[in-house]
Amino acid sequence: MDARLTQFTTVPSSPTFAEAAVRLRGFTRSFGENTIISGLDLEIGAGEFVVLLGRSGSGKTTLLRTLAGLDPVDGQDVTVPSSRAVVFQDARLLPWKKVWRNVALGLKGANARDAAQDALQEVGLGHRLEAWPLTLSGGEAQRVALARALVREPGLLLLDEPFAALDALTRLRMHELVLSLWRRHRPAVMMVTHDVDEAIALADRVILLDGGKIVAQERITAARGAERAGIAPPLRQRLLSALGGVVEERPADVVALHAGARP
Amino acid sequence: MSALKQLTRTIGGARWLSPLLLLAVLEAGSRTGLIPERTLAAPSKVLATLWTMTVSGELTANLYVSFLRILAGLAIGVTTGVVLALVAGLSRQGEVAVDPLMQIKRTIPTLALTPLFIVWFGIGETPKIALIAFASIFPVYLNLYSGIRGTDLRLLEGARSLGLSRAAQVWHVILPGALPALLVGLRYSLSISVLVLVVAEQINASAGLGYLINNARDFMRTDIILVCLMIYAGLGLAADGLVRLIERRALAWRPEIVTA
Repeated sequence: MDARLTQFTTVPSSPTFAEAAVRLRGFTRSFGENTIISGLDLEIGAGEFVVLLGRSGSGKTTLLRTLAGLDPVDGQDVTVPSSRAVVFQDARLLPWKKVWRNVALGLKGANARDAAQDALQEVGLGHRLEAWPLTLSGGEAQRVALARALVREPGLLLLDEPFAALDALTRLRMHELVLSLWRRHRPAVMMVTHDVDEAIALADRVILLDGGKIVAQERITAARGAERAGIAPPLRQRLLSALGGVVEERPADVVALHAGARP
Repeated sequence: MSALKQLTRTIGGARWLSPLLLLAVLEAGSRTGLIPERTLAAPSKVLATLWTMTVSGELTANLYVSFLRILAGLAIGVTTGVVLALVAGLSRQGEVAVDPLMQIKRTIPTLALTPLFIVWFGIGETPKIALIAFASIFPVYLNLYSGIRGTDLRLLEGARSLGLSRAAQVWHVILPGALPALLVGLRYSLSISVLVLVVAEQINASAGLGYLINNARDFMRTDIILVCLMIYAGLGLAADGLVRLIERRALAWRPEIVTA
């Protein structure tokens, strides 16, 4: 496998996460002639926050759908937690169910409403329990979607470009919210995005996907916030050039990693 | 002066003015003898007849008979349509089995079946109810079926990603999503049922609105004919109002209603 792990800071390289929540071995997915993902190895530790970066068509959404159980794995070696939840780019709330019923969707037991109420309070929407989803703003709808995912206490939280449609300020607030929810509930997180800054701000580990292969990884151990902002510029530069965004500055070794990729 | 202007503007913009004017012209035509009563009864005469027929119970009794026919026909037709649409909409085999038959049925004008239904069911209540039932199946079937097939796949996938079973997906996502389409179908079925009622009742009926009209025709009582036409229109309006009422309650989540 041509993936490589770049240790960005001076912290020891031993894995921080003892048990793996997600494990894929030589995973391949193709549609007819088209191979989307080929021979992918991936491990995500319990409680680890992984961000998957890649251009359109790099296979990142296919990978997320596989982990979500939305696509068949055809007997391949794929291990995922039994409890998973997805937040999509569009919130996908059922418009005919009030907000709290959307959050409680599929929950069993008499205290489903209480659980939904708690989750909505966590995302700051305790006052919109009885609202219809179509009356929410984009940011509010995404917060409901987050509450709906977290109320299930998932072992793996999958985020598919969840903030791409939000304005810049709302997006920053959502970053704060996601981090605080993640710290409290500690699911393993895999978030798909093509926003390099978002990846740097949130991730324990950034994985670069291109042509269905992992072409680079960066583990970021600097604390989130001011400390991380200090190391961000060179990291962003490296990620961008690995993505092919800044061609002239692309280091030779990364070019070599792209050798097997599609043109 | 401006008050007068205001008044003329209010009157000029009123939509009820032209129908009222037409009634006045008709009334004047009848009074002056320009329109003979055997052609068209005067509006005042029609109102008076409506009043006498209501008081005598003649109208209400016949209306009740017609109403029962519609109710029975619709109950059978709508139920059948819903069941067939669920079968065809929710399963591939169901679609293969049901949809071709429904498409064939669609090509047969319901009223053309009248002779066959009389041969089968005689001239009592059965052929009338059967005709209404047969006609009201298709709008409900077609709309609900396409509503089910038009389910937003993203919502379905969202529900699936939360681990909902197939039955729960149908109950929480597919059926509520298809409800607006079902109500559209129901509205069509209601208006078609009134249409079929008119024709069905003119075959050998001994009671009902159609019977009243037929009788009135024999005696050239245009006033009674007009009263019955008014009742038919009222039935259509009431049916539409009923579906609107259901829509307002069942589709309260829709933004145009939410923001209103």
